[in-house]
Amino acid sequence: MRSTVIPVVCGVMAIVGCEKGRAGASPGVAQAAESVPVTAQPAASATDGATITGKIKFTGAKPVNPKIDMGDEPKCKAKYQGVPTDELVVVNPNGTLANVFVYVKTGLPAGYTAPAPAGPVTLDQDGCRYHPHVLGIQVGQTLAIKNSDGILHNIKAKAVKNRPFNISQPTSMTSERTFSAPEVMVPLECNVHGWMHAWLGVLPHPFFGVSGADGSFTLKGLPPGTYTVEAWHEKYGTQTATVTVAGTETKTADFSFAAK
Amino acid sequence: MTTVAATAHTAHAHHDDRSFIRKYIFSTDHKIIGIQFLFVSLFFLLIGGLLAMQMRWQLAYPGQPMPGGGILPETMAPGGVILPEYYIQLVTMHGTFMVFFAIMPLLVGVYANFLIPLKIGTHDMAFPRINMWSFWSFFVGGLVMLASLFVPDGAARAGWTMYAPLSARHDFSGASLGQELWSVSIIFVGLSSILGSLNYITTIINNRAPGMTWFRLPLSVWSLFITAILGLLALPVLSGAAIMLLFDQIIGTHFFDPAAGGQALLWQHLFWFFGHPEVYILILPAMGMVSDIIANGSRKPIFGYHSMVFAIVAIAFLGWIVWGHHMFMSGMNPTLGSSFMVSTLVIAVPSAVKVFNWMGTMWRGNIRFHVPMLHAVAFVAMFAIGGLSGIYMAATPVDMFIHDTYFIVAHLHYVLFGGSLFALFGAIVYWYPKMFGRMMSEPWGKVHFWLTFIFYNCTFFPMHILGMAGHMRRIYDPTQYTFLQPYQPMNVFISISAFLLFATQLIFFVNFWWSLRKGARAEQNPWHDNGLEWSLPSPAPHGNWEQVPTVYRGPYEFSSPQVAEDYLPQHKKLPTDREPARAPVAGH
Amino acid sequence: MHWWLPLKGSTFAGEVDGLFLAITIITGIAFVVVEVGLIWFVVKYRQRPGRKAFYTHGNTRAEVIWTTIPAVTMVALGLISNHYWVKIKGRHSVPANAYPIAIHAKQFEWQVTYPGADGQLGTSDDFTVRNQLHVPVGRPVVVHLSAEDVIHSFFVPVFRVKQDAVPGMQINSWFQATVPGNYELACAELCGLGHYRMRAQVFVHTQEDYDAWLKQAAQEAAQ
Repeated sequence: MRSTVIPVVCGVMAIVGCEKGRAGASPGVAQAAESVPVTAQPAASATDGATITGKIKFTGAKPVNPKIDMGDEPKCKAKYQGVPTDELVVVNPNGTLANVFVYVKTGLPAGYTAPAPAGPVTLDQDGCRYHPHVLGIQVGQTLAIKNSDGILHNIKAKAVKNRPFNISQPTSMTSERTFSAPEVMVPLECNVHGWMHAWLGVLPHPFFGVSGADGSFTLKGLPPGTYTVEAWHEKYGTQTATVTVAGTETKTADFSFAAK
Repeated sequence: MTTVAATAHTAHAHHDDRSFIRKYIFSTDHKIIGIQFLFVSLFFLLIGGLLAMQMRWQLAYPGQPMPGGGILPETMAPGGVILPEYYIQLVTMHGTFMVFFAIMPLLVGVYANFLIPLKIGTHDMAFPRINMWSFWSFFVGGLVMLASLFVPDGAARAGWTMYAPLSARHDFSGASLGQELWSVSIIFVGLSSILGSLNYITTIINNRAPGMTWFRLPLSVWSLFITAILGLLALPVLSGAAIMLLFDQIIGTHFFDPAAGGQALLWQHLFWFFGHPEVYILILPAMGMVSDIIANGSRKPIFGYHSMVFAIVAIAFLGWIVWGHHMFMSGMNPTLGSSFMVSTLVIAVPSAVKVFNWMGTMWRGNIRFHVPMLHAVAFVAMFAIGGLSGIYMAATPVDMFIHDTYFIVAHLHYVLFGGSLFALFGAIVYWYPKMFGRMMSEPWGKVHFWLTFIFYNCTFFPMHILGMAGHMRRIYDPTQYTFLQPYQPMNVFISISAFLLFATQLIFFVNFWWSLRKGARAEQNPWHDNGLEWSLPSPAPHGNWEQVPTVYRGPYEFSSPQVAEDYLPQHKKLPTDREPARAPVAGH
Repeated sequence: MHWWLPLKGSTFAGEVDGLFLAITIITGIAFVVVEVGLIWFVVKYRQRPGRKAFYTHGNTRAEVIWTTIPAVTMVALGLISNHYWVKIKGRHSVPANAYPIAIHAKQFEWQVTYPGADGQLGTSDDFTVRNQLHVPVGRPVVVHLSAEDVIHSFFVPVFRVKQDAVPGMQINSWFQATVPGNYELACAELCGLGHYRMRAQVFVHTQEDYDAWLKQAAQEAAQ
């Protein structure tokens, strides 16, 4: 038995090991990229396409985000001076709304393809919150999920069009996943820390962005055409705008969300 | 002995002209099927052990890279560090492999097949083709279960008890295909057991040799008979539950999902209604074979044969009305808890009778310590501990504390390893000559026994202490709890013992394989036993007997004053013996 | 490291431990009888040349004795156990004056809802704290257990209390803490990949401390 069984088992395990190895590279690879996906990923033709830019305005009373009790996670609590809060509605000091996902919904020529960028998009779990809270990724691009806290997090992707997953990171480490189909938005959550939520927009093209600290977004390198641009917010829902661009011009499309 | 030799000689006249495939692959010969079960389930025993070793590594050295863990994919153990989701797969698959693919087929698949026709004196099973399908159904189930370890998202991970709704909803468990394959595999195993049980029952009722009355059956056959009845009645429940679970998983029924009107506890009732009889399926054949071996080793008739039979029947009957003792803390009506507690405690009585009768058998014996006897005595000693620790959890208020702790883990391993597996080691060595025509090495058998006995106790006894500290089962990293941190050295001790225990089993495997080719040629009756199988040459030929023997007495006539030797085979006709009423079945 | 049970932290810890000890004595006797008997037989009746075993098929009187003794012991044990079982877990065991706390278990945290100043659950001053169970000492507490997703199990080792939380059911479980201090609450039923970390702190306060904590926590929650 020893002479035959063990090699067979090891062989099977080794084969599977190799297969998995292709999809998920070693943890070292992902650490190179830092997460600044505030603007859209530049496409290969970024320099010569058109641009759509704009601001996300916010009107009405600024809602108060609920506080997070990190009492039983001292490692996370230590990363904050005050009491950390949820990021449900983040209104910037200039009255704009952050964490709005803006993307080209329709209008691209039929058969338009964009190769996935080589570098990963990083989702960092730091201080028991996701950084960034809202992010976009291209189909086939690597999502590097990083645990900077060194305590257990799990990442549950409640995808519908993609394969859902639920993985854990018991310590500081990076896991990688890719997505095979466009889906706006894939909710991500951690069940160890029920307050941790992030939103991931998966698109087949690079024309998407997330409003940042100044409330603006930029979609670069668009081919000429008429586009439906959608702005998505986790609490306030979606708004759309139709924009026609040609050549290398820059058009503006502002959105405005009102407090509810 | 002259009659024995004559029978054996004529058996060779039975001409065997089957092709290789009919003879060794799709064989309908009960002995070959038994041997097929033996090889396959020993393989799964090894797999189950390998899974346990990984768990023990993680428990002793949480978060540290496991030696050799680098070959595991990133979804299981990145850099060799076991992930929580892989750990719970290990827990689940260890239990599943050991229960459904190692212990149960080793006891029932191997020994019901091999022993029943040989011990009752018939040519083969009543339904040889069904018997063949029973093996192949088991084999497919095993392959499916093994494959499930390597599918995307990994294997099933809700514990071997597969509690719903964790098992039923993929978004709760994080596994999808693995969970479904578990259900599919269990359906195959259920089918295998049902087919096998049908066959065993029919064969024992109809095909006994002339003179083989019910109370001349060896206790191994009695226990396999009762086990087959349990299997026939219990496995359909499991199969039905597994089909319901599979429907929940793939076609969106919600039998077990309360969010959609299902019942979470329904699964537990169905599972344990099967599961507790299953516990006895896993121990009764072991008890039966140990009875045979102890009588042989002690050179004495079994003490209280009839009460041993009634104890088997009583255990099997009570086994049907105790399933709720797995659910004392489940939220089941506490009044039910009271009645299940009483029925559970009552099971201690027939179990105690068996233990005392084994001791009674050894009392004033002339005990030979061959390797099977060593294992059989260890079985009694260890089963007693496992049985006694069961009383703690039968008492509901105590169960409130120790339920789902390592106390339970200790208990079930004392019964399943200390009990069933020791009996199996004994049985494998004991019937090896009749299977393969050679003896396993006696010195290495003793080395294996003693090292196993020592490391086994070092591994599982301290788990009682952990359980008393409140150490929960199935947790990935006990050091997360302040109250468990002081017990970490004990976890390390247990793990090192477990590694040595596993290494010791390699001695057994080497002995097993080496002896297949190089073991000493076995004589016809190496243990000087009374059973009918020893009237055949070693290995027993296809078709067993040309003409089935006639039985004149029970199987335990050791040290009878009627003969000079200290054994008296069942088929040996003494001048005082009369022919049984039924005429011998003509040979074919 | 203890070699025996942990601290007795509730009123029925003593009863559970007493029963544990009683069973240990009973099984200890049986253990000694069996194991010493086996060793004795193994040594005394080992094979010796020229000796034949005693030919007997049994002894009815001996078998009656060793059937009756375990039977009587087990029935007695069952009756005693049932007495405590009914007292601790029986359908009507929860004391009428028990202080209610609701615990909602979900993958992988305990949401503990306190009744606020009015001492009643289901009113507007209820508030929820994550992974912290605060209870007053010396007062019966009834926990209303529920589960969001899968089966969890509420387990406080020092209280000797365990009760599964089952989705679709509300199960009441009570205890009365006896020793102020800081303990741990664990999930005892495999509930998924985060099971091993589904834990909470248990604080047993004196009544004054508890009242103070409740007031402060309610204020914080209201903010």
